[in-house]
Amino acid sequence: MAAPIVELCDVNKWFGAFHVLKDITLEVAKGEKVVVCGPSGSGKSTMIRCINRLEEHQSGRIVVDGVELADDIKAIDAVRRRVGMVFQSFNLFPHLTVLENLTLAPVRVAGMAPRDAEATAMALLERVRIPEQAGKFPGQLSGGQQQRVAIARALCLKPAVMLFDEPTSALDPEMVGEVLDVMSGLAAEGMTMICVTHEMGFARAVADTMVFMDEGRIVEIAPPARFFDHPANERTKRFLGKIIGH
Amino acid sequence: MTGGRASIWGSTRFRGLVYQVLVVAVVVALGGWLVHNTLVNLEVRGIATGFGFLEREAGFGISENLISYTPADSYARALTVGLLNTLVVSAIGIVLATLLGTVLGVARLSGNWLVGRLASVYVEAVRNVPLLLQLFVWYGVLTALPGARQALHPLPGLYLSNRGLVIPSLDWSQGWLPVLEIPSLVGFNFVGGLTLSPEFAALLAGLTIYTAAFIAEIVRAGILAVPKGQTEAALSLGLSPGQILRLVVLPQALRVIVPPLTSQYLNICKNSPLAIAIGYPDLVAVSNTAINQTGQAVEGVTVVMVVFLALSLALSGLMNWYNKRVALVSR
Ligand SMILES: Nc1ncnc2c1ncn2[C@@H]1O[C@H](COP(=O)(O)OP(=O)(O)OP(=O)(O)O)[C@@H](O)[C@H]1O
Ligand SMILES: [Mg+2]
Repeated sequence: MAAPIVELCDVNKWFGAFHVLKDITLEVAKGEKVVVCGPSGSGKSTMIRCINRLEEHQSGRIVVDGVELADDIKAIDAVRRRVGMVFQSFNLFPHLTVLENLTLAPVRVAGMAPRDAEATAMALLERVRIPEQAGKFPGQLSGGQQQRVAIARALCLKPAVMLFDEPTSALDPEMVGEVLDVMSGLAAEGMTMICVTHEMGFARAVADTMVFMDEGRIVEIAPPARFFDHPANERTKRFLGKIIGH
Repeated sequence: MTGGRASIWGSTRFRGLVYQVLVVAVVVALGGWLVHNTLVNLEVRGIATGFGFLEREAGFGISENLISYTPADSYARALTVGLLNTLVVSAIGIVLATLLGTVLGVARLSGNWLVGRLASVYVEAVRNVPLLLQLFVWYGVLTALPGARQALHPLPGLYLSNRGLVIPSLDWSQGWLPVLEIPSLVGFNFVGGLTLSPEFAALLAGLTIYTAAFIAEIVRAGILAVPKGQTEAALSLGLSPGQILRLVVLPQALRVIVPPLTSQYLNICKNSPLAIAIGYPDLVAVSNTAINQTGQAVEGVTVVMVVFLALSLALSGLMNWYNKRVALVSR
């Protein structure tokens, strides 16, 4: 198999005295879909935020698309261009229109001509099925629409990897489906995805690999069929019992 | 007591009306008494009333004038010269204080410990010393500088001496585009450039440095009010810290910054009359001289009050308009 596109090797991180990530080792191949789950506070967000250096790890190695994350601005910039991120709270720029949200990075970071950036942005808005909202401001859209714009924005630099941190947790139930549909579409096109979510139906349908975290450790890594039906670890079993129970 | 009367007096509307009429009557009576008293006193002392004095010859010189002025000109023109001096120092003060304040506000939040500490020390030191004292310090510093021959020359085109501050100026007479004119020292004199008097420079420095400290705090609060997720989203898109500040954070911080910024701008205008302490001929200083000569204090003060009121209202109006423009659109 080819070299992994994301590689975490013995990663440790502390918040002050609090050991939040403990010996995290994870390899993600090109095109692989990884779904991360685990109890609240287990370090899921912290782990994926380390992958684009929103958090700094203190020991171990993180390599993304051949670039090792270290205290080197060039490396960090290179990685951030190759990795798109979608947040739980959308984080769209409220003072810019939907279209401007999508063209900001291509124009300012990649130096694309504004006209080309707009064409790319419109194509992405078609893909998330809201081209008619291009001229509106984020505050004028529903939560589901905002999250789809956020996905389009994360795609505008043509990333090799997409990170999702609970992208549907802040949504009203009737809007969860439209966002998961867009994500499934993305998965079907072969995007490499690392996704923190508790949408187990989505995980079962889309994931190649399930990762279960607890207390800062990766407790179990398994394909979804085995993960859901025959979890090896006692903690995984308890967690799944709780989550699927209701 | 009839039932009808009782019900009218029981109505809150009617009571409210009665109280309002009473308040107006008291205010009018007080005002009338004040005016009457003043008029009687002025008559007793043989002081003329009315604004006729504005057209008479002022008879005093003004050290700095943006429009031509001689002592033979009228009081109206003298006051206009003072007003222009107030406007110039306020306008330039507003621009410089905004720039300096923004830089300091950003610096206070800097990840660099030394930069952050320095900005904090600046803000704390400057905010807690009365502006009048600071003006005396700057004036003292500027007038204690060496003469023109030994002028300090810290940057090309910049001279500091006891004659004031000489800076490069724009020369518009050479055609369509202005030409930058760099001053130089020839013998005892500066040739070219623009000379700012020590009084003007001290007042401008004082107003700028003092108000910048308050603006820094406003800018800092505005930046802190922008959710952290905005910066994280921008970082994840690969924007640099400078771009994030310019394109994402500051535009959103403006919503929080503009209203208190307006009152700082008004403060610059309202603090500018401290000019009188160091001899810069602003509107208040000129009108003071006019009042001393004519004795027409009521009219002189009225002119100053009306001008400041108009200035404040115009500035507030402008800032309110701007605030509406930067407001976020939402459902
Ligand atoms: N900036 C921080 N400083 C200190 N502690 C933090 C910080 N961020 C997170 N933590 C702590 O680290 C632990 C892991 O947080 P993290 O957000 O990664 O958990 P999570 O698995 O994503 O949980 P959730 O499901 O609630 O989102 C938590 O106990 C949290 O309180
Ligand atoms: Mg989380």
